[in-house]
Amino acid sequence: MRYVVCIKQVPETTDVKINPETNTLMRDGVVSIINPFDMYAIEEGLRLKTMTGGTVTVLSMGPPQADMAIREAIAMGADNGILVSDRAFAGSDTWATSYTLAMAIRKIGDFDLILCGKQASDGDTAQVGPGIAVHLDLPQITYVRKIESIDEKSIVAERLMENGYEVIQSPLPCVLTVVKEINEPRLPSLKGKMAAKKAVIPTWKAVDLNCDPKCIGLDGSPTKVVKIFTPAPRQGGEILKGEPEEFIPQLVAKLKDAVLGAAQ
Amino acid sequence: MSDPIKITEKCVFCGACVKACPFGAITQAERKTAPVIDLQKCTLCGSCVVACKFDAIWMKEKTSASIDLSAFKDVWVFAEQHDGDIQTITYELLGEGRKLADSLGMKLCAVLLGSNIQSKSQELIARGADKVYVVDRAELAHFQDEAYGNVLIELVNRHKPNVFLCGASTIGRSLVSRVAVKVNAGLTADCTGLSIDPKTLNLLQTRPAFGGNIMATIETPNARPQMATVRHKVMKEAVASPTRTGEISMETITEILLQSKAHRLKFVPEVESTMNIAEANIIVAGGRGMQSVENFSLLRKLADVLGAGVGASRAAVDSNWVAYSHQVGQTGKTVCPKIYFAIGISGQIQHLAGMQSSDIIIAINKDPDAPIFKVATYGIVGDLFAILPRLTQEFKKVLGK
Repeated sequence: MRYVVCIKQVPETTDVKINPETNTLMRDGVVSIINPFDMYAIEEGLRLKTMTGGTVTVLSMGPPQADMAIREAIAMGADNGILVSDRAFAGSDTWATSYTLAMAIRKIGDFDLILCGKQASDGDTAQVGPGIAVHLDLPQITYVRKIESIDEKSIVAERLMENGYEVIQSPLPCVLTVVKEINEPRLPSLKGKMAAKKAVIPTWKAVDLNCDPKCIGLDGSPTKVVKIFTPAPRQGGEILKGEPEEFIPQLVAKLKDAVLGAAQ
Repeated sequence: MSDPIKITEKCVFCGACVKACPFGAITQAERKTAPVIDLQKCTLCGSCVVACKFDAIWMKEKTSASIDLSAFKDVWVFAEQHDGDIQTITYELLGEGRKLADSLGMKLCAVLLGSNIQSKSQELIARGADKVYVVDRAELAHFQDEAYGNVLIELVNRHKPNVFLCGASTIGRSLVSRVAVKVNAGLTADCTGLSIDPKTLNLLQTRPAFGGNIMATIETPNARPQMATVRHKVMKEAVASPTRTGEISMETITEILLQSKAHRLKFVPEVESTMNIAEANIIVAGGRGMQSVENFSLLRKLADVLGAGVGASRAAVDSNWVAYSHQVGQTGKTVCPKIYFAIGISGQIQHLAGMQSSDIIIAINKDPDAPIFKVATYGIVGDLFAILPRLTQEFKKVLGK
């Protein structure tokens, strides 16, 4: 079985700070990490490989330094990785990104299951996984919280819904997006770290993927960001002091109307 | 390939672009040199082009539309239903969709997919739909990504909507991502603000990114439909007016589009709680400070009195005090209730990202420096085990329960 895990390098968002003078996001010195949800996808790929045999290939689209994210996945146990990187991809929205990744997966050719995190922590769209599925004309199971079984032909997985979960069976190949509940990602092993250091990670460019130039980067992206701004920070309110016997009735009185309003 | 963005010789080294860049991609070594754009960081958002007063930044123009945009009419809303029950997000979309349709001078239409579902059309009309497109087929009894996706793709190609809104729910996000790719539409996820640009008549879609640290306004100038998923509880529900009339269009769909490779074998409802916290108007959430699974029941008591959903921080979920579906925050759900109780939650940025747009936030924590107090409307510094039962008791009394 061949597993392909799509990962994205993102800024470690806890470190994202806003420069009070310029009111912009300060990304200098921000550590880059693998998107947290993609860590679960990598872990699930590795677990499935242990069960069925096969290989885990990590695929990432991004700037040259996204190479580090791929090496980190190899350190966890992935067999190999591919970086998809080209200036021609700059300005890609989710349409162009899912097209580009789908073209890279086509080039990989032989695969049984594609795993993605449910969404990236910087963009939060959850659109690229299903986008890849459509570009490759494959079925999808999103928000997967557990894989119940897998064989050469099909997979049975639980999809987390707002009010419970669905059990879905899909033929392979198929695209999965996974949620946090699915597993606990492992730490890199010493052997893995050595492998990661030595790994040769090919960089595929737009020409290597046979991309239609109209479908990549800015031209392939229907959406356009017209404005970016910092939301007004929420102000802290009133701190209730004194004895609980006093402030609790006051607080409840203040909230009563809102609670009754919310009940409607 | 030439660079897609450049600072030209018109530059007077004022540095305005350096300040304007939200991604820190532009640096200026010293005052008298031209700034440099780091293309690895640049996302071509265009903020610098707007900020430059000297027209000195050149950015590659997108190839213009290859389709006739004027052929696309009407504002569509996907009517999400579970077992035949129209979900409240649909009414929120109809409320917002009505405003957009009116400012565009277009019709507001709902798209209703399901089995034995036609009778629900009137509910959608009562909430403001001028027209309801109905596909009533046994194969659509419950949500399936492929069949639902194929039907929507067919309907979009058939009727060409200008705007297409869908709830940013599990179903909505899975479904319309497929549709947008197939019909070459732009799709903006999880919008919290929508409006029509009076000049271009484009849909302006505002959404949070980076866990709410920045907001982005996005448009789709050259493609139609303009598609967006919309966050729960942000838009106002359309008020029902039962006597309202509208058109119902029963749509025929060929058999092959209703087939799915993936099949649902079963659905298992959550036993722990029936309340979907993304839809809850009030959420009572607990964190590490609750200390144990037994103590979590104190919090459930308050939730019962208030008719609230139960939320949790990552720490509480990781300790197995409550199921993952209750987790609020970056790796859980984003919620926007009217009232949010954060009890024994310190308020790490990942948690705040999931709840800070709640209308009223009440925080109880023993640490006066806990970051949660920075966003709380009402903060109580103290022992939650002393405060919580009293609070529950007082609400019981006041609400007459």
